Amino acid sequence: MTATEVAVRTYKPHARPAWRRALLTRETAIVVILVLVVVVSLATVPNFDSPLTATYLLRDVAPILLIALPMTLIIVTEEIDLSVASIVGLASVVTGLLTQAGLPFPLAALAAVLVGTLAGAFNGFLVTVVGLPSLAVTIGTLALFRGIAVGLLGTTAITDFPESWTDLAKANIPGTPIPVVMILFAILAVVFAVLLHFTPYGRSLYAIGLNKDAAAFSGIDVARTKFQLFVLSGAVSGFAGVYFTLLYSNARGDNAMGMELQIIAAVLLGGVSIFGGRGALHGVIAGVLLIGTLGSALRLAGISSDIINVITGLLLIASVVSTSLLAWLQTRRFGALSRRRRPGDDRRPQPAPQ
Amino acid sequence: MFGPNPKRRAGTAVALALGIALLATGCGNDSSDSGGGGGDGGDANLAITFLPKNLGNPYFDTSNAGGAEAIEEFGGSYEEVGPTEASPTSQVSFIQTAAQQGVGALVVSANDPEAICDALDEARSADVKVVTFDSDTNPECRDLFINQASAEGIAKVQVDLIAEQIGGSGQIAILSASANATNQNAWIEMMEAELEASHPDIELVEVVYGDDDDQTSFDKTAALLQTYPELKGIVSPTTVGIAAAARYLSTSEHKGTVALTGLGTPNQMREYVKDGTVTAFALWNPADLGYLAAFAAQALVTGEITGEEGDTFEAGRLGSYEVGADAAVLLGDPFVFNAENIDDFDF
Repeated sequence: MTATEVAVRTYKPHARPAWRRALLTRETAIVVILVLVVVVSLATVPNFDSPLTATYLLRDVAPILLIALPMTLIIVTEEIDLSVASIVGLASVVTGLLTQAGLPFPLAALAAVLVGTLAGAFNGFLVTVVGLPSLAVTIGTLALFRGIAVGLLGTTAITDFPESWTDLAKANIPGTPIPVVMILFAILAVVFAVLLHFTPYGRSLYAIGLNKDAAAFSGIDVARTKFQLFVLSGAVSGFAGVYFTLLYSNARGDNAMGMELQIIAAVLLGGVSIFGGRGALHGVIAGVLLIGTLGSALRLAGISSDIINVITGLLLIASVVSTSLLAWLQTRRFGALSRRRRPGDDRRPQPAPQ
Repeated sequence: MFGPNPKRRAGTAVALALGIALLATGCGNDSSDSGGGGGDGGDANLAITFLPKNLGNPYFDTSNAGGAEAIEEFGGSYEEVGPTEASPTSQVSFIQTAAQQGVGALVVSANDPEAICDALDEARSADVKVVTFDSDTNPECRDLFINQASAEGIAKVQVDLIAEQIGGSGQIAILSASANATNQNAWIEMMEAELEASHPDIELVEVVYGDDDDQTSFDKTAALLQTYPELKGIVSPTTVGIAAAARYLSTSEHKGTVALTGLGTPNQMREYVKDGTVTAFALWNPADLGYLAAFAAQALVTGEITGEEGDTFEAGRLGSYEVGADAAVLLGDPFVFNAENIDDFDF
């Protein structure tokens, strides 16, 4: 609880009213932009209002949404997991091989999640026990897990999965255009949100991200916490791998190649600081949906995918630039105070005492 | 911010929930008018979308230009969409988009025979006709496959070309892609049978594999010529292999004396045809392939054919075609490129 008090004290003396501060947050901005993009697309993009759009959109972003949850927690602690998409591929291959070997699908899926969990534990071990930087570790395991996945299955694919399961992966909640997998995501999102924003454990994550030495001195087991996060990330990625496999009826070693960048981009767009200690899950969810919606709307509008990539890239850069610009403006405004802050900390400076 | 104020958190959570609700309900309410969207409004929906393996690929630029030409002839509307990289699942979102737009037909070259199957099935249940070309999916996932050339035709044209170029007798070797490439191995088997049956004086001394890697293929060519000083010809049934072999031959003493043929693209092979390293090589004409695929799509959309074996349709300047087994249509014999015609092509 000591960490909590430290964190709370940092934010207490605000001169502006709560509603204005809420409006000014990065997360609110992303949510507002998301709503705007949805409204504008509904009004201007032909066929965007079809229920199919929502179904396809949510189905495609589901793996990204799922993995973005643990990724947010990891980045908040100033670490990163670049191996998530490779774990998706590995879990996909494991699901495929075991199903092919005649194992009942639920057991194959369970084994895939377990493999993902072990992969995450391996990351966690290297980061916390061996003490290597997570960027280096997960660049390594990105290649390692992908290599194992492609090595196990080669360039072929396993495509024969029980129809009841592939249908479930594509099924909608009856009467709505919302895929069933969103129920699971909603549950997970609530669990993660409560964990991150309403528990001492969540506060300890921010504390670690802001200053891990201070966090350690205040009694937080930094290593254990980080280890748990990598395990969690591996488990969720493993599950996402099973879902991905069912969605495309396709177990391949190169499944979800490059998805780690989409996930991290969406997390950063959602307002999580790459320097740790800052971010909120609703921003991240809005960030993932924003990139997904924008891509869907632009494709429907007949914009070519090169240009969509350019637009998404510019959006990300703009979001980073706007944050820096905001920080710079505040530095000018609260210069005297801000100069005392540590570099890389983009929290809003406190106004001078009146 | 993740500040300690629960009211603020609640506020933003409500905003997010509203956003999602808006997305969901907004989509749900307007379902009634989305049925025929994107169509022409005429009798037949001749909006046809081409989906290549990836964009910016000269081969597909050529084939899709053929498709656009055909669509202009019969008065439909042409669109090309596609991913920037040829990965199996990257085509799915474009298939979904076509289904959402309610296009009449989708002409697709599949990056994977299975990965896009479900998406194609969903598109077909939304009344989109699906034609595959260049690379097929499983037959049950599409209405028609436009096959560029039969395996028999590809094997035969390569044997005929090399036999002609070396005068019907002597040692030849094959430079293939990887040892487990299914289509290459099938062609090689047929080539061996054809050599045995029609050209008993030609001896196939070895099949080597360049793994579709330019440098490996280059090195394997050098090794072949050292191992077999009597070698009279090389067949390379892969566009990477034939270009690498031509590059080696063009700077070696064997230029013009050791024949080289196989499957290549005009842009890769142009300089070697012009400098005399290569006399003739084969491939299909991708512009014709796209042209035929577009006419096949039109015939499906207008109900002229259903994809039954024996159905026939007209394909503009290419004439009349018949649907074969497994709902496949064969473009014809492979096209032979030589010094006379190579400048007519750019891919």
